[in-house]
Amino acid sequence: MNVAGLVAVVAVTLATISLGLYGVRLARTTSDFLVASREVSPTWNAAAISGEYLSAASFLGIAGLVMKNGVDMLWYPVGFAAGYLALLLFVAAPLRRSGAYTLPDFAQMRLASPRLRSLTTAFVVFIGWFYLVPQLQGAGLTLGTVTGAPYWVGAIGVAVVVTANVAGGGMRSITFVQAFQYWLKLTAIAFPVAVLLLAWQADRRTDLAPPSAPTFRVVTDVDVRAPVRVELGEPVVVRVDGRLDGVERSGSVPLAPGVHEIGPATVTFPADAPVPHLVGLAVRDGVAWLTPSTTGETALFGVYSLILATFLGTMGLPHVLVRFYTNPDGAAARRTTLVVLGLLGTFYLFPTLYGALGRIYTPELFMTGNTDAVVLVLPGAMLDGFAATVVGGLVAAGAFAAFLSTASGLLVSVAGVLATDVLGTGDVGRSAGSVTGFRWAAVLAGAVPAVLALQLHGLDVSQVVGLAFAVAASSFCPLLVLGIWWRGLTDVGAAAGLLVGGGAAAIAVLLAVAGPELGGWPAALVAQPAAWTVPLAFATMVTVSMATRRRIPANVGATMLRLHAPESLRH
Amino acid sequence: MEETTRPQRVRVVLGDMPQARRTPPVRAELDQQTGVGEVLVRGLVRAQLGLAVRMAALVALTVGSLPLLFALFPVLAGVTVLGIRLPWLLLGVAAYPLFVGAGWIYTRGAERNERDFVELVERS
Repeated sequence: MNVAGLVAVVAVTLATISLGLYGVRLARTTSDFLVASREVSPTWNAAAISGEYLSAASFLGIAGLVMKNGVDMLWYPVGFAAGYLALLLFVAAPLRRSGAYTLPDFAQMRLASPRLRSLTTAFVVFIGWFYLVPQLQGAGLTLGTVTGAPYWVGAIGVAVVVTANVAGGGMRSITFVQAFQYWLKLTAIAFPVAVLLLAWQADRRTDLAPPSAPTFRVVTDVDVRAPVRVELGEPVVVRVDGRLDGVERSGSVPLAPGVHEIGPATVTFPADAPVPHLVGLAVRDGVAWLTPSTTGETALFGVYSLILATFLGTMGLPHVLVRFYTNPDGAAARRTTLVVLGLLGTFYLFPTLYGALGRIYTPELFMTGNTDAVVLVLPGAMLDGFAATVVGGLVAAGAFAAFLSTASGLLVSVAGVLATDVLGTGDVGRSAGSVTGFRWAAVLAGAVPAVLALQLHGLDVSQVVGLAFAVAASSFCPLLVLGIWWRGLTDVGAAAGLLVGGGAAAIAVLLAVAGPELGGWPAALVAQPAAWTVPLAFATMVTVSMATRRRIPANVGATMLRLHAPESLRH
Repeated sequence: MEETTRPQRVRVVLGDMPQARRTPPVRAELDQQTGVGEVLVRGLVRAQLGLAVRMAALVALTVGSLPLLFALFPVLAGVTVLGIRLPWLLLGVAAYPLFVGAGWIYTRGAERNERDFVELVERS
C-alpha cells in the first residue's frame, strides 16, 4: 500500500471533478456543452488536444513495450506523434472549415447521405469503445499497483468518475480539464525520470543493456499475488514463502531450469540470478533488445503496418476530430496542430527512458508479465524514503490523469454521436438533441466499455490501442482524405470503402484479440492489419466511386470552395 | 432547488449543418462555380495538396525509410553517436524535431497559397 500514490490519485480525481464543476457554471446550452462556443484559444486548445491524446498507452504502455521488446517499440510514440503531422497536412484546416463537429457530420456535409451517416456513426462508436477499454484496464492496473485494490475497483471507478463529469459538464469543462492534464502529465513523466537518472548516475551508470538476458542486480523479494507460470533458463536457489509448483513452501528451494508455477508467494532471488519470465513472453537479451529486429519479412511488415496505422489512424479517432471544431478558423486549426506536434514530441522523449531503466532495476516485471506497470514501480525500486514517496506519487498522479483525460474525451465524442444520431429525435439531416439526451447518451457510452473492461482482462494496453488505430486508419482516413481532396467521391463509394476496409480491419482486430492462435504470415497480417486494409479501403472507395460517377453530389464545387477557401473570403 | 435562479433550458440545434447555416457570401463567380471561379478553386486545391504530398514524402523518405535501411544495412544499427545507438537516437529524439519542422514549413506554405488565392480573387 503506497499512501502517497493513493493521495495523488485522489487529488487528481478531485482536481478533475472540481475543474469540471467550474466549467458547469459556464455551460448553459447544448452548443456550449459540445463545442465550448469556439472561444478556446489555440494554446489552450493545443494543450487540451495533447492532454486528451496522451492516454494510458502513452504514459504506461510505451515504457512497458520498450522494456520488453526494445528499440522496435519506439515506432509507437513516433507514429502517435506523426499522426498529427498527417492530420495537419491533409485534414486540419479543411475539416475546420467544413463546420463538421463529428465524423458523421462530415460525411453528411460532404455526401448528403443519411445511410452513410449511420454507417460512420457505427464506426465511431466501435472505435471509441475499443479505445476506451484499454484506458479502463490501465486504471485498474494503476490502482491495483498503487493500493493493492482489485482490478475492477480502478476500472469501474474511472468509468464512473468520467461518466459523471462528462454528463455534468460537457466539453467546456473538459477543455480546461484536458489542458490541465497535459501539463500534469508532462511534469509527472519528466520530473521523475530526471530524479531516476540522477539515481542511475549515483549508481555508477550501470550498463543499461548488458549482452545477457535480464538478471536481478541485487537480492530481490518478488511478491507474486496471482499465480503465474514462468520459465527459467538456468538453475537457481531461491527462498520461497508460499505456493510453488502446487506445494506450500517456506525456506530455500533449488529451482531447476524449465517451467514453474509460482504464487501466491513471496520469492527471494539472490543477486545476479537470471530472471524467470512469464511463459509465452519472449524476453530479449541485451543485444537483441538494442538492435532493430527487422531481419525477417514478417517483422518488417509489422513495423510498416504499425507506422501506417498510427500515421493515418490518428485523424480518424473520434475524440481527436471533435477538438478541431473549437478552433476559430482553418488557419488557427493548422497552428494549433503544429503546437500539438511540439507538445507531443516533448512528452515522447521520456517514456523510453523508463523502459530502459526498468530492464535493470525492475526485471521482476518479466516474471509477472506486468511490464505496463514499469513507470509506476520504478521510483520505488530506485529511490528510498521521501524521494521514493514523492516521485512515486507523482507518476501515479500522471498515470491517473492519462486515463481520466483520454476516457473523458472519448466519452464526449461517443456520447455526442449517440445523442444526435441514435437517441436524437429530429430527422437525421437536422440533427437535434438536448442536454438531457446528451446526459443519457454519456451514461450509455460509459457503461458499455466498463462492462467490456471487466471481461477483457490481460490484454496489452498499447497493443489494443494500436488495433483501434488500425481500424480508424482503414475507415475514416480514406473517407476524410478522399472527401477533402477528391471531387469524385460518391456516397456509395465511401460506404463500400468503409465496409470493406474498415470491416476487414475490425475483423482482424477481433481475431487478434479473441481468435485462435496463429503463426507466420497469417499472424502478422492479423496482428498488424493496416498495411493491407488501408490500401484496400482506398482502392475500394476510388473504384466504387468511379463506377457510380452519376452520384457525385451536384454541389461538390461549392463544397470544395468551402473546405479550402480561407474564411476571409466569407464576408 | 431554487428554480428562480436557473436559466430556462432551451432546445437548440446541435450539429451545425450546411442547410442550417447561412451560405458564406463568397464572390459571385466562385459561388456559381462557373469558368474562372472553378479554375481558381481547382488551382488552390491542387497547390495545397501538392504541398501536403511533398511534405509527407519528405517524412516518408527520411523517417519512413529507417526500418528498411536498418534491415538492409545492419551495420547502421550498430553505429554509436554520443554514447547512444543510432536507431535509439533517431527514433527516440531526432524524429520529433523533424515532424515539427515539416509541419512548420507546411503551415507557412499553406498560408501563402491561401493569400495568393485571396489576392487572385480580389483582383479578378
